[in-house]
Amino acid sequence: MNILEIADLGVTFSTDTGDVPAVREVSLHVRPGETLALVGESGSGKSTVALATMGLLPGNARASGRVTVDGTDVVGAPEAALARLRGRTASMVFQEPAAALDPLTRVGSQIAEVVRNHRKVSRSEAARAAVDLLRRVGIPEPERRASAFPFQLSGGQRQRVVIAMAIANSPALLVADEPTTALDVTVQAEILDLLRRLAADSGTGVLLVTHNMGVVADFADRVAVMLRGEIVETGSVEDVLLRPRHEYTRSLLSAVPRLRLSGTDAPATQEPPVVRLSDVSVRFGRVRALDGVSFDVRPGDTVGLVGESGSGKSTAARVALGLVAPAAGSVSLFGTDLGRARGRARRALLSGVGVVLQDPVASLDARMSVAECVAEPLRVHRRGMASAERRARVAEVLELVRLPKELANRGPRELSGGQRQRVSLARALVLRPRLLVADEPTSALDVSVQRTVLEVIAELQRELGFACLLVSHDLAVVQEFARRVVVLRDGRIEEQGPTMATLLHPETEYTRRLIAAVPVPDPVLQRQRRENRAALGTGAGA
Amino acid sequence: MSGRVETAGRWGLVAQFPAPLGARFARNKLAVAGVSVVGLFLLFCFIGPLLYSTDQTHTDLTQVNLPPSGSHWLGTDAVGHDQLGRLMYGGQVSLLVGLTAGVLATVIGTLWGAVAGYAGGWVDAVMMRVVDAGIAIPALFILLVVSAITSPGTLGLIVILGLVSWLVPSRLVRAETLTLKNRDYVLTLRATGGTHGRAIRRHILPNSVSTIVVAATFQIADAILLVAYVSYLGLGVQPPKTDWGGMLSAGLTAAYSGRWWLIVPPGLAIILVVCAFNAIGDGLRDAFDVKGRG
Repeated sequence: MNILEIADLGVTFSTDTGDVPAVREVSLHVRPGETLALVGESGSGKSTVALATMGLLPGNARASGRVTVDGTDVVGAPEAALARLRGRTASMVFQEPAAALDPLTRVGSQIAEVVRNHRKVSRSEAARAAVDLLRRVGIPEPERRASAFPFQLSGGQRQRVVIAMAIANSPALLVADEPTTALDVTVQAEILDLLRRLAADSGTGVLLVTHNMGVVADFADRVAVMLRGEIVETGSVEDVLLRPRHEYTRSLLSAVPRLRLSGTDAPATQEPPVVRLSDVSVRFGRVRALDGVSFDVRPGDTVGLVGESGSGKSTAARVALGLVAPAAGSVSLFGTDLGRARGRARRALLSGVGVVLQDPVASLDARMSVAECVAEPLRVHRRGMASAERRARVAEVLELVRLPKELANRGPRELSGGQRQRVSLARALVLRPRLLVADEPTSALDVSVQRTVLEVIAELQRELGFACLLVSHDLAVVQEFARRVVVLRDGRIEEQGPTMATLLHPETEYTRRLIAAVPVPDPVLQRQRRENRAALGTGAGA
Repeated sequence: MSGRVETAGRWGLVAQFPAPLGARFARNKLAVAGVSVVGLFLLFCFIGPLLYSTDQTHTDLTQVNLPPSGSHWLGTDAVGHDQLGRLMYGGQVSLLVGLTAGVLATVIGTLWGAVAGYAGGWVDAVMMRVVDAGIAIPALFILLVVSAITSPGTLGLIVILGLVSWLVPSRLVRAETLTLKNRDYVLTLRATGGTHGRAIRRHILPNSVSTIVVAATFQIADAILLVAYVSYLGLGVQPPKTDWGGMLSAGLTAAYSGRWWLIVPPGLAIILVVCAFNAIGDGLRDAFDVKGRG
């Protein structure tokens, strides 16, 4: 019998501006021991299906159709019945482990609480059960870690604790909503290994919600692809990922950046660098954010800064922009020492730099129109420019980044994430910079949108010849768009060199692990990579 | 309401546009009532005297302590002033002082908080310790000491009130500035050579407007109350001028003789106006505070 059975599920949200249908006629099932991946882009309704499964839809949602978890109807069920169901028959793993744990309660007690919610056991028995669970999810020294507070654990360990809570009462169904999206790739690989092992050991059915095709290939048995609230394709993971039938699935898969396994590097230019960091160290209080970092970016070149979170890649970009002053070492921008430049000279120097940052919402001032946002650098650096000329220049760059003219007078709020990032790019290019610094420019975007934004950047770079410093956690993106790569780890440079040489034949263990952990959207290849990675011996030190 | 919008955003729903500010404000019945009350009182105090003219400078000892009647709707006070006319006349001072002192406090607080928050480091530390020290001393105490020494006129009262009540708005604006100065658009501006002045003028202050306006509304309510306190203690504007607090004070002794019309109307006026401004502040805060509006 199926552990989860969804038939004709529809969910509508009532909002200020009327009813918004989020999910329409969704039918799917999960068998015991099986993992069904629900994939789709943001707004496709995949998380809504997950919430409906748990009976956790927000108050303004109306559900229709039938959702049955282990024989219990969820839609329209009374709260008491749902409470019995949640945490025992079905439990959920959320995306952000930091938000899923109570920061003021020791992790052992949090797990014990879940145990005691559904089983009549004594406090000490529940505490022992919590330690056992921590051991099962691979936390080293579980007896000691049980008394740790969430902030004393790393992101990966926190997610392990969340998983321990989810499996505390041996649920028949586990709903995992983007369980690894907030984690580094190496940690993601370990968490996926853990989930796979737990599901296989206990015969738990898993409903996995994700946007990452690599994760799907790594973990799922079957896949359901969602588009605008409907399922457009369902099938085995091999069928859907290798032989997609629906047009949308095909376009989605072709947009996913893939690690290439062969390739050669283009020859390097010998022109003097536009930006050079020499032996830069940065401290934030007692934390050493960067330690003796040196690299340079040459005209027309793209340098990719990669590394796990906290490795210092964003800090390095901010040093290059002069936003963070190095404690030691120097930054030379266009041949001039940025640390010594002051006032007008410094501002003139910085006018040759364009910036695109990660967050599409925070990058644009919501109180300005698109045209005003793009015109801002002109107002700063070309004070004398006539307004007609300024308008013309703004229209010109908007066209460069392929945004329709009509958007110029809209507010950023009316734009999609991809459009916003292109507005940021237009603003960065309006002064014809010699250097573009892009800090995770597409990490917050859906894959199909990510591809178009990155392609626009690459195309304009060929056309306009600016150098680019690209910060990214995504090795596949860097491999495709950067000519050189700098691998950072804990504020130090682990290795650097031409992209293909470095990523295909890494010299250090760290880079090898980083590359091995990237899941590829091909289930056959991914299985093979997983075995290779196991042979590499990654250890469970997340 | 904000919780719901946030939830929807988190779960990747279609982008939602909030209703316009006015519409969201209008949904709050209490806030709309507040605006109406304030509007009516403004009309009453500033337009009222044109329709109901009374002599509020000369005493008329033939007409003292009369109960409400056809010729004096709210009776007269101990020196023969018409009480309804006096309520309008005193209200002018209360509202004028309250409004301008509230705005003045907000302006001072905004500038202080924005500079402290944006500069950060030791500048921020010193400026905010000044605020802490100021908050540690009760505003009313400073107000009374200064009023006793200087016996201020209307303008003096506004300045003193403004100078003792900017501390809370400065804290609010500083907190807002701290988050705004690390927004990506401010970083982008600075990374490409924009000046600090531009960052504050073009980005930080405009984006703090909601906080500032809400703070100002509550400041006005507080200032009206403070004026009433000070005048009640006889240290506010001096006769023949008066305000609602002064009227309360003058009428207090008479209240024991059953002349309720001397204290109930000014007391009610103070309560209504202060509550109205607080309701407007609440309404504005709810209307502005929509998560995910970028």
